[in-house]
Amino acid sequence: MNMLERFKVSFSKMFNKLFKKKGACIGIYGPPNAGKTTLSNRILKDWVGAEETMGSVSHIAHETRHAKRRNAINIETNGHTISLDIVDTPGLATKIDFHDFMEQGMSDSESKKRSKEATEGVIEAVKWLDDLDGVILVMDSTENPYTQVNVTVIGNMEARNLPLLIVANKVDLPDADPSVIKEAFPQHPMVPVSALEGVGMDSFYEALAKQFG
Amino acid sequence: MQGIQLDLISEARISQMASMEKVRYIIDEVRKGKILVLEKGLNPMEEAKLIEMTMSAIQPDVFSGIEMQSYPANTDGSFLGKIFKRQSSKRLTVIGPANQLKTLKKDRNLISALVSASK
Repeated sequence: MNMLERFKVSFSKMFNKLFKKKGACIGIYGPPNAGKTTLSNRILKDWVGAEETMGSVSHIAHETRHAKRRNAINIETNGHTISLDIVDTPGLATKIDFHDFMEQGMSDSESKKRSKEATEGVIEAVKWLDDLDGVILVMDSTENPYTQVNVTVIGNMEARNLPLLIVANKVDLPDADPSVIKEAFPQHPMVPVSALEGVGMDSFYEALAKQFG
Repeated sequence: MQGIQLDLISEARISQMASMEKVRYIIDEVRKGKILVLEKGLNPMEEAKLIEMTMSAIQPDVFSGIEMQSYPANTDGSFLGKIFKRQSSKRLTVIGPANQLKTLKKDRNLISALVSASK
């Protein structure tokens, strides 16, 4: 590539960066089994079509899937439309023990294979933190919110000065207490929802537009 | 004598290291079975890097990862702090092998840990 062509490419990239309208890229993060994929699927069902899903919901100890991205989801709320690219990430964890898979009835070799896949998923989720414009952090409102995963994700968004929306999921369960999450991280907006039942989704979309629109 | 080594690492010592050096040092020490208490914890980017590198170091039956707990950052509540989003950098972090360090309780101001000798 000669100098003129290189200049054209650089100028084009700069122009696109400055003027091209694109949707913010938002990552959905949280520990395994907090309901990230259920929430992603609910968003797609509400705004894209019932037949499209982000992935199948996992009930095993650690997810072994890869991050999935869906571009240009148009969400309309209060008369305004926002366009978001959404990345559903595998659950973050600081430890993965293949014995957890064996407890689910898997063989020794299958458990070790799943353990390897799960570690790759966490690495992928961490790497995505560098390429996002904001994060939806999904927490299980029946669990203690002071986990290292939550602290790390929130800390990263604060350090990068990027917006964050906390979703207190599973409010349909009897032990749910979203107020504990609000008390734990009062500096960020929090929306209580049940992604499974579709409870609180209107408030969620309003908060989504406010944070990332 | 069988025991568990607990290293209390001063801010002065850890602040001399570059980010990657800190992360490598922590993983090496934890893989030896040590529990580390850092007077000044890691910053959020370093925590994420530590999680990523820990995943690369996991080996079945040998090393299943780390238990790590640190406090959420304290936001400066003063007028200027709110404007400039200043946060306190002082954060204590406890890190150890996942099979030996269990967190019993954690909230904004307390980390209560159970250390087990069994591997």
